[in-house]
Amino acid sequence: MTDLPHSPEQPVAAAKPSRWRNFWRSDIVWSYRRSPVTIVASIVATLLILMAVFAPWIAPYNPFNPATLNLMDGFTPPGGASYSGNNYLLGTDNQGRDVFSTIMYGSRVSLFVGVLATLFAMVVGVGLGLVAGYVGGVFDAIIMRVADVQLSFPAILIALLIFGVARGLIPPNQQEGAAVWVLILAIGLANWAQFARTVRGATMVERQKDYVAAARILGVNPLLILLRHVLPNVVGPVLVIGTIGLALAIIEEATLSYLGVGVPPTQPSLGTLIRIGQQFLFSGEWWILLFPAITLVLLALSVNLLGDWLRDALNPKLR
Amino acid sequence: MLAFIARRLAQSVVVMLVVAFIAFLVFRYVGDPVSSMLGQDSTMADHEALRERLGLNEPFYVQFYHFVTNALQGQFGISYRLQQPVSQLIMERLPATIELAFASSIIALVLGVGLGIYTALRQRTFGTGVIMTLSLIGVSLPTFLIGIGLIYIFAVELKWLPSFGRGQVVDLGWWRTGLLTESGLRSLILPAITLSLFQLTLIMRLVRAEMLEVLRTDYIRFAKARGLSQRAINFGHALRNTMVPVITITGLQLGSVIAFAIITETVFQWPGVGSLFVNSVAVVDVPVMAAYLVFVALVFVVINLIVDILYFIVDPRLRDGAKSGR
Amino acid sequence: MHSSLTRIAAALIASTMLAGVANAETIRWARSSDALTLDPHSQNQGVTHTFAHHIYETLLDRAVSGELQPRLATEWHIKEGDPTVWVFKLREGVKFHDGADFTAEDVVFSLNRARSEGSNMKQLHAEVAEVRAIDDHTVEVQMIGPSPLYPNNITNTFMMDKTWSEAHDLQEVQDFGAGETNYAVLNTNGTGPYTLESREVDVRSVLKLNEGWWGETPAVTEIHFLPISDNATRIAALLSGDVDIVQDVPVQDIERLQNSAGFKVETGPENRIIYFGYKFGEAPLKSSNITDSNPINNPLVREAMELALDRDAIQRVVMRGQSVPAGIANPPFVNGWTAELDAYPKPDIEKAKALLAEAGYPDGFTITLDTPNNRYVNDEAISTAYVGMLGQIGIKVTLASRPVAEHSPIILANESDFYLLGWGVPTFDSAYIFNDLVHTKNATHGTYNVGLYSNPEIDDKIIALGTETDLEKRNASIAEIWKVVKADRVLLPVHNQVLAYAMRDDLTLPVHPENQPYMTMVKFAE
Repeated sequence: MTDLPHSPEQPVAAAKPSRWRNFWRSDIVWSYRRSPVTIVASIVATLLILMAVFAPWIAPYNPFNPATLNLMDGFTPPGGASYSGNNYLLGTDNQGRDVFSTIMYGSRVSLFVGVLATLFAMVVGVGLGLVAGYVGGVFDAIIMRVADVQLSFPAILIALLIFGVARGLIPPNQQEGAAVWVLILAIGLANWAQFARTVRGATMVERQKDYVAAARILGVNPLLILLRHVLPNVVGPVLVIGTIGLALAIIEEATLSYLGVGVPPTQPSLGTLIRIGQQFLFSGEWWILLFPAITLVLLALSVNLLGDWLRDALNPKLR
Repeated sequence: MLAFIARRLAQSVVVMLVVAFIAFLVFRYVGDPVSSMLGQDSTMADHEALRERLGLNEPFYVQFYHFVTNALQGQFGISYRLQQPVSQLIMERLPATIELAFASSIIALVLGVGLGIYTALRQRTFGTGVIMTLSLIGVSLPTFLIGIGLIYIFAVELKWLPSFGRGQVVDLGWWRTGLLTESGLRSLILPAITLSLFQLTLIMRLVRAEMLEVLRTDYIRFAKARGLSQRAINFGHALRNTMVPVITITGLQLGSVIAFAIITETVFQWPGVGSLFVNSVAVVDVPVMAAYLVFVALVFVVINLIVDILYFIVDPRLRDGAKSGR
Repeated sequence: MHSSLTRIAAALIASTMLAGVANAETIRWARSSDALTLDPHSQNQGVTHTFAHHIYETLLDRAVSGELQPRLATEWHIKEGDPTVWVFKLREGVKFHDGADFTAEDVVFSLNRARSEGSNMKQLHAEVAEVRAIDDHTVEVQMIGPSPLYPNNITNTFMMDKTWSEAHDLQEVQDFGAGETNYAVLNTNGTGPYTLESREVDVRSVLKLNEGWWGETPAVTEIHFLPISDNATRIAALLSGDVDIVQDVPVQDIERLQNSAGFKVETGPENRIIYFGYKFGEAPLKSSNITDSNPINNPLVREAMELALDRDAIQRVVMRGQSVPAGIANPPFVNGWTAELDAYPKPDIEKAKALLAEAGYPDGFTITLDTPNNRYVNDEAISTAYVGMLGQIGIKVTLASRPVAEHSPIILANESDFYLLGWGVPTFDSAYIFNDLVHTKNATHGTYNVGLYSNPEIDDKIIALGTETDLEKRNASIAEIWKVVKADRVLLPVHNQVLAYAMRDDLTLPVHPENQPYMTMVKFAE
């Protein structure tokens, strides 16, 4: 555990073989090829992401344009005959929206919110955690107490509160346009502390180690020490938190909409769709809930599995 | 050691004040209690009169000062919604939440550590794959949906377990417990499982990752070379070394489980402080909301303090760090 | 009721609660929220009143038909020769739960308490000048002026015992600023059919039959009142046999419950209108791309908006047939309603577009619609549907959906350009609607006139309604006001809500238009 972590996929003198072959033979790809679960997960994730990104071009309907909806088509079962004669592969919801198209557009919203919120949390959390763990002292105390305050509330509550404050600061008639950004900010700020705590703990342990002490004595720029030596050692835990965090952010968004705040109902995310569908659990319109729920599970699951693999692959100690 | 604890305590006080301040600040924006208190048959003059009576027209800092000075004496005022003292409401609801959090933490710890060890030791088996995948599905679904799903299967379809509430309770002094009756225990099962899923996954994955890491260290290799039995290595050395982060995370989680319970409690109509909070949010019952947030912060600060002290004792390296770092 | 499990549970309950009445018929009654308080004058809120009606009683109340009927008062009339005095004859032989006699003194005390500063019922008694006891069983209420409809206002004003109240210092209603709980919040002494056995707020309240009640002994002898806030959980509780009656049933679950063996659903119209409102006046809207004028102030635009609204589609799909589409913001129970006023136009997209073009908005405009999402039946879904319909005529609507706690302040501060709201009419008279929704907004009137509609001529007529004693003339005036309100499209009504109570199929409980069912009316099948 005391050796300097060198990334094995950066050979010192690898001039001869083509770059591609080099990449193909690298450890990270090797571990990928060896794991069928990871391959399946990456295919599923890629498909879902492509579906979300290209939804406006490939979805059969545009459920986000209310003017094209026909309310009388509401509650059409999958493949069933609709009032207007339109075909709906996975049926329609209570507003006559095509469930298949809504899932595509909804994944788009969910991924957008989830990815940006997690990135935001990660940047803030890792940055503060590194500095706090390395610098220590008053700065560390302040950061960690703020993290305590933060962690003493469930993330969902923080998001709710930040959402509430933002609502209060933005004039009522502009709130809807800002809703998605407020949501990203709220979920992101609600989750940074987990990153910070973990990174700070790992940094404190790393800092005690000989090689860091040596680098410090040699007068290496602290920033360089942090990025070069400490950061790679916290990548594993950060990825664990980050992947679970991405799924979590998507689910937090869903929970927020369960509590009645979140994206506008005319532009539903996966979470909003599940919230809407949940009302019809006992009334027999199972498709309104089931398909978005499956999509959400697949999305979260595949992202989590990829994160798992990435952690193992990036951490040579685990192989 | 004493100085360390004293410093931590002082920091905790600051934390509590900050929480109170933020809580108070936020409530100015979550809605207007007056309109839900007065209802349909009221005039604008009535609204203004009530605002005046509640002190809502006073400057922010005056309101905050009153809140803090009263809170220090354990006075959180009267609930706008239920017209009862807030501290009494919270004390009445607390046992339900603590029993739920306790039950779910035990499930999470026992299963989490057990499954974590299993999946670390039997690394590339089918069973491990299934467990790892299932655990992810558990955290890939919103809590409210898991709760509703469990109710649907076990209460509506199978009729094995109650669909809501806490069952029959027994009063032990001020503590009202559901652990001593059959219906109370049966009522506990579904919400405790729902609440534990998230923690369980976290603990399991943490134990697994730490175990894997420790099992590869020189020190374990050395133990192997010394001829220690595999069992002794796994449980005597490897597991003990994984316990530090597990303690940290479990401790930290314990605090947030109480807070995390708000959704579970709402779905199962579990009469704890979480559902009290959700009901209060709906009508902007500021005294209850503020008291709840301060209470959750208190629980968390205390747990945090304990974890920090444990950490201090368990990992001697941090002791030096704590000294030189400050 | 007869499974062995239930019997074991019942035995357990009996042993822990030290009680057990032979032949007890217990009803477990679930609602979405709990009564807020047991103090009968503190909150003017439906759930609280409904629960209170089981413990306390009022002078008059409403039958299932919506008619006023005698309760603690057996007769009521305007005093001969003085149109400003109402006379109430009280029921004799009525006793409070603690054994004290119910007399005129108690009525005087209770009405005065309901009028006091801390009472949320005081607005309903705003016209009262003085309450006098004439003899033990006669009370006169002196009004400020002629108040022909006053009896409509007292169906939720409960009678307390003066002696008991004074012994527990209850002259004043709970003061929120005081920091202390009023004794009446947790303790009761009424004349009603049930007595309070135990109460855990938000969890369970147990009521037992009052053996000395003056009315016909009801079939239900014990009530467990159980608040369950989550819709799905509440229905699950009924389906799994954990409760017997669910009062707040989501519309989408009605059909499934009706088709499930062992359950049935009783439905009936509720006295509550759901409507859209919008901003009048010249000032430009806050949320529109039209910044030099207010498009909605143009009657052609309002007509176009009504023609875009497909009430029948909303009724069929969003409400699952559980609503009564309306052309007037006045529920059919209420005095002033006519079938002619309630007629509504067929949706006509082409004509609506033409009207918008004629008004000078051929490309439509943008606007934000504020909707609550946890207050009325499917409120958010109704608004979402209307957003789509308006989209079809070119009006681009942003939907702002909020919990009612956030929605109300925006509404009351006149911040909204366009909003959804519901209105119940507890007095069953149009004046109640005019006072709050149509009259120009000021300190005492037009509280919910969020659109700031103002018509001085109409205001005068509304004020005159309050003191007009000639009912025929008064009704004529109401009809005139409605004509103007409908022609101006002051409000855009959608439908009246329908109530649904779900229960075990061996029970009957008729739907009450004010959503205030009494468990005394529950009947068991033989």
